Amino acid sequence: MATKAILEIRNLHVAVDGKEILKGVDLTVNAGEVHALMGRNGSGKSTLSYTLMGHPRYEVTEGEVFYHGQNLLELTTDERSRAGMYLAFQYPVAIPGVSVSNFLRTTVKGRRGGDLPVKEFRKELKQLMANLSIKDEFLSRYVNDGFSGGEKKKLEILQMALLKPELALLDETDSGLDIDALRTVAEGINTLKTADRAILLITHYQRMLDYVTPNFVHVMQGGRIVKSGDSDLARELEAHGYDQIAPELAGSAL
Amino acid sequence: MVAELSSSNDFLRAAKADYKYGFHMEEADYTFKSAKGLTRDIVTRISKMKNEPEWMLKTRLRALDIFLKKPMPRWGNSKMLDDIDFENIHYFVRATDIQGRDWDEVPENIKKTFDRLGIPEAERKFLAGVTAQYESEVVYHSIREDLVKQGVIFLDMDTALREHEDVVRKYFGTIIPSADNKFAALNTAVWSGGSFVLVPKGVKVEIPLQAYFRINTENMGQFERTLIIAEEGSYVHYIEGCTAPTYSSDSLHSAVVELIAQPGSHIRYTTIQNWSNNVYNLVTKRAVAYENAKVEWVDGNLGSKLTMKYPSIYLMGKGAHGEVLSIAFAGAGQHQDAGAKMVHFAPDTSSIIVSKSISKDGGRTTYRGLIKAYPGATNVKSSVRCDALLMDENSRSDTYPTMEIDEKFATIEHEATVSKVGEDQLFYLMSRGLTKEEATTMIVNGFFEPFTKELPLEYAVELNRLIAMNMEGSVG
Ligand SMILES: Nc1ncnc2c1ncn2[C@@H]1O[C@H](COP(=O)(O)OP(=O)(O)OP(=O)(O)O)[C@@H](O)[C@H]1O
Ligand SMILES: [Mg+2]
Repeated sequence: MATKAILEIRNLHVAVDGKEILKGVDLTVNAGEVHALMGRNGSGKSTLSYTLMGHPRYEVTEGEVFYHGQNLLELTTDERSRAGMYLAFQYPVAIPGVSVSNFLRTTVKGRRGGDLPVKEFRKELKQLMANLSIKDEFLSRYVNDGFSGGEKKKLEILQMALLKPELALLDETDSGLDIDALRTVAEGINTLKTADRAILLITHYQRMLDYVTPNFVHVMQGGRIVKSGDSDLARELEAHGYDQIAPELAGSAL
Repeated sequence: MVAELSSSNDFLRAAKADYKYGFHMEEADYTFKSAKGLTRDIVTRISKMKNEPEWMLKTRLRALDIFLKKPMPRWGNSKMLDDIDFENIHYFVRATDIQGRDWDEVPENIKKTFDRLGIPEAERKFLAGVTAQYESEVVYHSIREDLVKQGVIFLDMDTALREHEDVVRKYFGTIIPSADNKFAALNTAVWSGGSFVLVPKGVKVEIPLQAYFRINTENMGQFERTLIIAEEGSYVHYIEGCTAPTYSSDSLHSAVVELIAQPGSHIRYTTIQNWSNNVYNLVTKRAVAYENAKVEWVDGNLGSKLTMKYPSIYLMGKGAHGEVLSIAFAGAGQHQDAGAKMVHFAPDTSSIIVSKSISKDGGRTTYRGLIKAYPGATNVKSSVRCDALLMDENSRSDTYPTMEIDEKFATIEHEATVSKVGEDQLFYLMSRGLTKEEATTMIVNGFFEPFTKELPLEYAVELNRLIAMNMEGSVG
């Protein structure tokens, strides 16, 4: 397995509206690795994913982040995307009036550069949609507008499959999916697991990790990563809960 | 509009430029250009130069008196209105004596202008007839043979007055009398050009007719006059576009448009107004719809300094239906004061108003609307929806809806929203690699989509491109 670091986070502190949420996160993700990030509601997982993608409301007050050795924090959100990062949103945003097909064509074209042959793109899209059991009619619907929870998550994975990111941040992509959808989505994620890519998978459930086996599991608590381990850690969490696994912080989340 | 139609829907990669229609041509060999200012003499001269019948001259002179007497409106944007210098305007400019039936008959400079605006190309591709007005008069005119054979009349208004005087006399000014408002009076006094359309009973003109209005001269006043009559059971889609050069001093565009939809007919009137930012656009548009007729105003307002325009539909016959679908875009120094009026005179009439506006860089949009139902107009249905999008803190949007319902059984819905371009929407799109500008444009295009989807494809593409151009530099 390659050991080239794609993402290095050092002592990251982040504040939202003046309130410190992340209080010193350290994490290194190498090419070829899948990291699972778990932790109670409100522990700071989404804050980390938004910060990594450069949401303007999330202010880095201390620390550093490197992406392929480059200072990530100086890049705008779109630059991060074009550099190969992707965030599958926990709560995907609706864009009324913009059809899924127009949206996908525009974003894919922007990322791949040059001309996007209409026919080939159609074919690729149809194939991926079939894999994810997304009906054709979604192409003419407006992006995430009136989508069910699971439909939104599937669209996130469809975009990921089209954009083929080097670093995918998946924020609770498994939440809200039915059992069949979970399997197809997991397959979609596994296709992206190659030696030169990495995935940071935020999840609450072992279910997902049964399909996508992580190399590392981290537990976040109060804005820090308080425990790391291998895939066994997730199973322990599932069996015993956060109180036993991370007793030093028991009950302090909310 | 229809300039340089892009073949793909690739609006985000659209050419980035300022208002690209701001160029002007040398006024080579102009036939006539009236001195600035408005007098009885000028009005008389216009009428004489056009060899008009006496009744038209009288109509003009009466209208001039009304114009001079009527005070300036005290609503809309009084400050901007008061800035209009009526003495600093050329009221009649004849660029050429010839009206071409072929583009080769059109003087070189003028032909070049319309080439740059993409009119001949659009004509070849998807139009059933075209009139192109340059300054005060129509310089090019065409209509497809098959439509002529079916009895469709599509002419410029001056020619129509000569060739179909009876019809013109019967309807001219019946929908919008001179005394309706100050600018309708002004138009009636100095009108020139515009379109006359008559669609005979049962004839459906499936492909749009288009008129294009171009101002070239500085301090120009353009006052075209349009009259469309759809006879029983007929259909027509009429599209108008307009642009002007960018000058440092103001021009005035003040049209009057009258539509008559006879029983069971259907008129769709689409406007893409894209004047340069030194043009006052003060237009009166009104339609009457008889039994089971349908009238739609699809009204896009992108340019101009001040637009005041409230397309109206008088629903005169049982079961008549009216729709106004409008968008407005106001940037720095612009005020788009637009809206709609639906007046229900008959039972079972229905109306829909959808208004979408965007203000940016200190621009102002206003929705001003009226829904009125007279006694006897039972079972009226009407819905009004106004959405305003503000791009920044300095921009402004106001809504003035008026409802006067004098009948008990009416279903009236009204909904209005004002929103800002959301940080989360921008972040979502930018996380997919779109720049802030591209993301904003996509959100804006989405916002206007209910309008855009009503346009023929080529126009929708062009509109998205214009919006992308207007968004240029709007985000930091
Ligand atoms: N604007 C804000 N002002 C104050 N607190 C905020 C703000 N935004 C987020 N927070 C807080 O930051 C904490 C971390 O939120 P975050 O969304 O990162 O949690 P999470 O680990 O993703 O939780 P979940 O598992 O429920 O998705 C929460 O307590 C949340 O309430
Ligand atoms: Mg979260």
